[in-house]
Amino acid sequence: MRNKFDTQLDTLNNNLIIMGAMCENAIASAVKALMTYNVPLAQATIEAEKQIDEKEREIESLCLKLLLQQQPVARDLRFISAALKMITDMERIGDQAADIAEIVTFIDLSESKNKVNIAEMTEAIIKMVTESIDAFVNRNLGLAKSVIEYDDVVDGYFTRIKKDLIDFISADKQHGEAVLDILMIAKYLERIGDHATNIAEWVVFAITGTHQT
Amino acid sequence: MFYGDFQALKNININIPANEITALIGPSGCGKSTFLKTLNRMNDLIEGCRIEGRVLMDGEDIYGNIDINMLRKRVGMVFQKPNPFPMSIYDNIAYGPRTHGVRNKAKLDDIVERSLTDAAIWEELRDRLNKSALSLSGGQQQRLCIARALTVEPEVLLMDEPTGALDPISTNKIEDLAIDLKKMYTIIMVTHNMQQATRISDNTAFFLLGEIIEYDNTEKLFSTPADGRTGDYITGRFG
Repeated sequence: MRNKFDTQLDTLNNNLIIMGAMCENAIASAVKALMTYNVPLAQATIEAEKQIDEKEREIESLCLKLLLQQQPVARDLRFISAALKMITDMERIGDQAADIAEIVTFIDLSESKNKVNIAEMTEAIIKMVTESIDAFVNRNLGLAKSVIEYDDVVDGYFTRIKKDLIDFISADKQHGEAVLDILMIAKYLERIGDHATNIAEWVVFAITGTHQT
Repeated sequence: MFYGDFQALKNININIPANEITALIGPSGCGKSTFLKTLNRMNDLIEGCRIEGRVLMDGEDIYGNIDINMLRKRVGMVFQKPNPFPMSIYDNIAYGPRTHGVRNKAKLDDIVERSLTDAAIWEELRDRLNKSALSLSGGQQQRLCIARALTVEPEVLLMDEPTGALDPISTNKIEDLAIDLKKMYTIIMVTHNMQQATRISDNTAFFLLGEIIEYDNTEKLFSTPADGRTGDYITGRFG
């Protein structure tokens, strides 16, 4: 009945999974470059951001093609418009991973980084990104809502890191610049969490038709 | 509403607001055209047709003791295939008023100009009113038929797939016209074109197997339909 349309929707889903995986990789390798002070890896992460941008263009034109050819309504229209909005957030996630990688290319933070718990926060962030895309692909409302709630946990990590950094700087004034950079990295991670939350909110819209704010 | 033993419409209960466009959608044979015909008693002409229930217009039951000619004057109709009479453009338009007893030439001229203007076709036809209506294009014929329906100043305009046989440009003109006309008339339109329903109607009723499955604000029905069957139909999963 609507074979071509369903195939195109599958292609859209698959591309979103691929773009989601690219974002997760970008975050993981940016943080790994930070932890191990691996400048080539950081540079590779900055490079990889272009591929995420290309993927965004590709998905965007697929969505426009779907709107043009299929003139979707109801849930089809909601899923396609949600996809269009989601990729903007995913592209920003790529940017922020690249921003983290860029800091790594400027300064060796290997000494200061252990003072705070970046690794755990990163794990939480990647979980949010993965689950927000999973929720879209599997039309899983419960999962989308749990991602939105989980943002508070990530905000908690950020507050904790900020506090630890204040303690660190008052004990050791030598590392002022490193502290600021780590704070920025934590802020980028926290922003990635916000983007994952946005994605999850679009998933809720796609499923229910109302936007949770 | 029954055709002999066959019940073509069941449990219909809707409220159609004045000065709005209400679209009727649904797969072929679901009862939307049948429903449209109940609104000006066109189904009276069908043998074995029987109605239960009431159709109220301004509180009055049109299946009660009423003058059927007056009803058809108040509730005009336009069909899928333009059906101009084989006579001049002028006579097509003057036909209705003449049968209602208007003889005065100046008054008829007036009605012809006003109706053609309201149907957005006066400028195109003003210089060829004596030409045969059959010489017009399909889109022009359809607007002529709308003009003809407007001559007797109806309150309600029933349209059964009015753009079903028209090209995209004529379709646009009819759609614009419908939006314009709703200021003065209440329009109820059967359409197979979902995009048309979303473009021009205020409310949409989804028919399936003789029942109204869902009736709601058009934007709501096409973005977040409440019934799974509506969603399946409008997204092309069946029908």
